[in-house]
Amino acid sequence: MMGTPQSGATVRPRKIRWLFSTDHHVIGLQYLALACVAVTVGVGLSLFMRLHLIAPDFVVPGHGPILPEDYLALVTLHGTLMLFFVLTTAPQSGFGNLILPAQIGSRRMAFPGLNAAGFWTTALALVVLLGSTFVQGGAAISGWTAYPPLSAIAAAGPGQGLGMDLWLGSIALFAVGTGIASVNTLTTVIRFRCEGMTWERLPLTVWAWFTAALLSLIAFSVLLAALVLLFLDRHAATGFFVPQGDVLSSVVRAAAVHGNGSPLLWLHLFWFFGHPEVYIAILPGMGLTSMLLANFSRRRVYAYQMMIATTLLIGGLGILVWGHHMFVAGLNPFVGTAFSISTMAIALPSAAKVLSWLATTWRSRPHFATPMLFSLGFVSFFVVGGLSGPILAQPILDQYLHNTFFVVAHFHLIMAMAGVFGLFAGVYYYFPLIAGRYLSEGLGRVHFWGTLGGAYATFLPMHMTGLAGEPRHYAQLTGIPNAAARLLAQTLPLQRHISYAAFFLAASQLPFVWNVIRSARWGDLAQPNPWNATTLEWHPALAPFAEEGSSSDEQIVAYCSPCAYDPGAGWAGFTPQWQEIPASNVKRE
Amino acid sequence: MAMVRMPWGLPRDASAHGVALDQHLILNLWIAFSLAVLAHMILLIGILLRRPAAEASERRRLLIEYLPLAALTLLFGFLAMRAERLWEETRYTGASPAALQVEATGMQFAWYFRYPGVDGTFGRTSAERVDPGAANPVGVDPADPHGADDMVSSELVLPEGREVDLRLIAQDVIHGFAVPEMRLKQNAVPGQTIHVHFTPTDAGTYAILCTQLCGLGHYRMQANLRVLTEAGYQDWLRKRQR
Repeated sequence: MMGTPQSGATVRPRKIRWLFSTDHHVIGLQYLALACVAVTVGVGLSLFMRLHLIAPDFVVPGHGPILPEDYLALVTLHGTLMLFFVLTTAPQSGFGNLILPAQIGSRRMAFPGLNAAGFWTTALALVVLLGSTFVQGGAAISGWTAYPPLSAIAAAGPGQGLGMDLWLGSIALFAVGTGIASVNTLTTVIRFRCEGMTWERLPLTVWAWFTAALLSLIAFSVLLAALVLLFLDRHAATGFFVPQGDVLSSVVRAAAVHGNGSPLLWLHLFWFFGHPEVYIAILPGMGLTSMLLANFSRRRVYAYQMMIATTLLIGGLGILVWGHHMFVAGLNPFVGTAFSISTMAIALPSAAKVLSWLATTWRSRPHFATPMLFSLGFVSFFVVGGLSGPILAQPILDQYLHNTFFVVAHFHLIMAMAGVFGLFAGVYYYFPLIAGRYLSEGLGRVHFWGTLGGAYATFLPMHMTGLAGEPRHYAQLTGIPNAAARLLAQTLPLQRHISYAAFFLAASQLPFVWNVIRSARWGDLAQPNPWNATTLEWHPALAPFAEEGSSSDEQIVAYCSPCAYDPGAGWAGFTPQWQEIPASNVKRE
Repeated sequence: MAMVRMPWGLPRDASAHGVALDQHLILNLWIAFSLAVLAHMILLIGILLRRPAAEASERRRLLIEYLPLAALTLLFGFLAMRAERLWEETRYTGASPAALQVEATGMQFAWYFRYPGVDGTFGRTSAERVDPGAANPVGVDPADPHGADDMVSSELVLPEGREVDLRLIAQDVIHGFAVPEMRLKQNAVPGQTIHVHFTPTDAGTYAILCTQLCGLGHYRMQANLRVLTEAGYQDWLRKRQR
């Protein structure tokens, strides 16, 4: 069972020992627990946003009506929590710690102590972020992108004072924590692969974690530098992002104290981080989906080596496309053309991945277990969300769609929903390995269909309100009776629908929560390798929370590539990577 | 191209460049929709049909992998080139010298529009002179003779059928100047002057929004764009300058 303490010690020290463990399995679970806290708060905040948009006068018990600054704080916190503390930590650090070492045949991560330090830095970052809502002046309201000069000058309005400082501090801590985790992942993959685990034999999940870690290291370093510069602009009168003669509330703020900076510098630095960040969030899901589709279809991953190449290509191109967030930011229009081309280019390795998924499942009559359903859901969201990417990559179309709900629809489908479906697939797939019990398939199906339907009902109509011209970050859609109100009013019926769908989507998570709680105690006991998987994390000697002693010193060897299935032999026909292949049966891999 | 007007779809287009933009956008939407349906059909048929016996041959591999990729490369290339032509027409070069000159200034949380007056030249401005209380929201320098006839308005009034050269300025933070019905969006960035140009074609009143999160009052940073006939515009100008 999960984290069963060893005999001998009393209960309290055991718990404390578990809390400050350097065991990567425990740290992985701690990251997942942290992501659970963040996702619960993040979803709650989004429901208040949806409620406010359709009922602006609603009085929140214990708080009062939602004011414009409250709404913007909700937006900012929701984005920050979801992007950093859920979509970055859970797939990369959570499942990375739990599964990655075993998948490469290692019993440990490279730097256990550093690993724990990385988690506690991330946990501190979350505490600082949540704490920022209680300080004088309120939480930061500049959105998760924190564009200066709004974020650089405390006098720019509510949420730009101490709340903004804490936001910067929180993200800086997070960047440090993620940097530590990335170094750990990279070193582990490079140095701790077991005998026979060549680069070609690495599961695609490992390739995804590896690429995401590389991206993290590059992107978060730049973000950390940008955060320091912004902090200096705020408190040390430097002028990186504030231009000369900046006027706020009729007072010239920047002439004397700051130099002649440019807000565009922040946009470059931020998006140089911000775009790779979305690949950091989605790559592990892509890797897991590839492996799961193959496993449940009893097929090899179609074009395995091309899948490795496309993972690296997406990573490489991912750091060359940041300017597509800046088509209307005030750059030379030729820059728009350049970034349009690099962004269109990234659609091709992404399309190659989709083709591989389609070819892997094509006429395979797969086994529809819940992890498989969520993997198929991942493909669906990846396709539907991804196809609006090339639309937004064209500057002429972006100049109409930029910062509208069309963009919100695009990134929620591909990043939030595909990303979360990758996480759900991982939880359903690995629950037997971690907890020793199965999750209920029935509840899993209810959860899957509710979430799939709820997500499409919520995010598809956002394309339409975006096409209608409705901008993001609007605390209120009605108000001043002018041309804008007429334009925005036509989207209100759809906005109501979106809000109800969002409530349904959130409610669809209750079967999942109950499933996890129920199954952890009373679920059916799991077989050692219940999905007949081929990868090493299911090796009997690598069981994550086995009783002490059972994890023998047996040498782990990878004898073949993953995904060696025998389609003719049905569900039972497979060769795990740890199984020695008789010399007569060795085929060209 | 036959266009289907979608419910809650694009608002009315009232600009000269908007027709081509709309056509391109709708073409893109149809292509994305078709590809999404196609992918889902392949996925559904694939997981519901029985498995074939044969492994993928080299020829099938070509068919499944490289042919669709080549087709998508051509398709995305075609869309990108078409989009670039439109982008180049609106953004690579400035407005014609005969275009109407207007300056739009964004500040928390209002837009101000300045017309250069009969001399056709904007007066000098400076940050120190910005004083909305003294009816000088954009900080025109009284010592500059060009500024004496400058006229500042809280609504953007334009004649139909005439190209506008809009100078975009932000005083405090980044704002997003957006007129959905003119298919126009451009950030106004403090410290920079950015030019955009467009030609309104239909008389009417349109929404000007702020689309870049600029603080507490972001959602109410709106203004009206009134497009008048040439005679109506001249009339408005005369009345305002009197």
